[in-house]
Amino acid sequence: MNRPQTAARAGFWLCHGCHQLNRVGIHAHESERVRCARCGATLHRRKPNSIVRTWALVMAAFILYIPANALPIMTIVSLGAGEPDTILSGVITLIAAGMWPLALLVFFASIVVPMLKLFVLIYLLLSVQFKSRWRPRDRTALYRLTEAVGRWSMLDIFVIAILVALVKFGSIATIETGAGASAFASVVVITMFAAMSFDPRLIWDVIESDHERERSTRNPS
Amino acid sequence: MDLIACHDCDLLYHQPSIAEGRKLRCPRCGAVLLQHRHDCVERCLMLVLAALILFTVANAYPLLSLDLQGREQDTLLITGVIELYRQNQAGLAVLVLCVSILLPLIKLLSQLYVLLPLYFGWRGWRLPVAMRIVDILHPWAMMEVYMLGILVAIVKLASLASIVPDAALYAFAALIMVMAATDASLEPHDIWERLSKTR
Ligand SMILES: [Zn+2]
Ligand SMILES: [Zn+2]
Repeated sequence: MNRPQTAARAGFWLCHGCHQLNRVGIHAHESERVRCARCGATLHRRKPNSIVRTWALVMAAFILYIPANALPIMTIVSLGAGEPDTILSGVITLIAAGMWPLALLVFFASIVVPMLKLFVLIYLLLSVQFKSRWRPRDRTALYRLTEAVGRWSMLDIFVIAILVALVKFGSIATIETGAGASAFASVVVITMFAAMSFDPRLIWDVIESDHERERSTRNPS
Repeated sequence: MDLIACHDCDLLYHQPSIAEGRKLRCPRCGAVLLQHRHDCVERCLMLVLAALILFTVANAYPLLSLDLQGREQDTLLITGVIELYRQNQAGLAVLVLCVSILLPLIKLLSQLYVLLPLYFGWRGWRLPVAMRIVDILHPWAMMEVYMLGILVAIVKLASLASIVPDAALYAFAALIMVMAATDASLEPHDIWERLSKTR
């Protein structure tokens, strides 16, 4: 079987900024500071400290996820009375009002996406650390999906911003932002950074080292 | 020698020639590596200029107005930021300001900054830096998510008050479509190739 060649093995580092291949030689060490010839970005063989950084950000997001869901994100006070809304109770209110498609949308953006994103990142991290060889192509696709959908979780934050803007004079109601809102916004931003710091090429490096071992056992020299 | 590598799996190979409008996908992991488009500079420049005009309209005029027994109350794009700040949510205010107004504007201006010299054949100054800004800001410009937020807010408030969409809302919707069209026709690979040629 013809073994696939990777850029890093051939002595090329791909610039993450402009996707230019830079020849650095096969002996170049990770810690060397090399700049891209085309755009000047610092080059890395793989994203620096990818695993540790992603773990740290995922953990931080997990911790903030608790206040984000437990604390109210906003309170709509109308005619002197108002119940504080958490993310989940906001969805329930929408269902109770019969707004099914909207409830589904908010449920997906605010609850499913952040949760799924954290679990997918943890799965990818573990799969790389335990040198999984299982369906690398699908895992890479899963990573791309995780990276692409994260921003849609900002939906609830924007809804709050628009609601406080619309009902600002307090004539029909007042809307108070709760502490849960900033916790939730932090979760969204931190998970976006977490997805960015994960390097999908690590998934493939495991398979590379397999090929390497195969070759060295076939012709020991 | 036109070697390229996949940004998702690091596979290295010779760049095959691809037909116009076709995508080149990585044979190993399926990532879209590049797309061949005919003359993207002129088209993108027009789209970016249109987007800047729409951006101005969307920010200068009321987005929505709340009808309270005949009394109208206008809401601008920036009003949400100001109100969040007034409620002592400075962090949220800055975040919303950045992802819904500031970063999309910087992204548009950076695109203009790169496209103008390329179109007119000027030398330009530090174009790679501007191109990198465009690339970095891409996930942080969230106007389309904001638009969805507006729709959700309208439905949520429908029982409390009647909300009338204003001119800027249509400009905002058009802006999102134009920015999406710009992103779809701007091929970074092609721009980078041009940038390395002009130097
Ligand atoms: Zn570069
Ligand atoms: Zn690939």
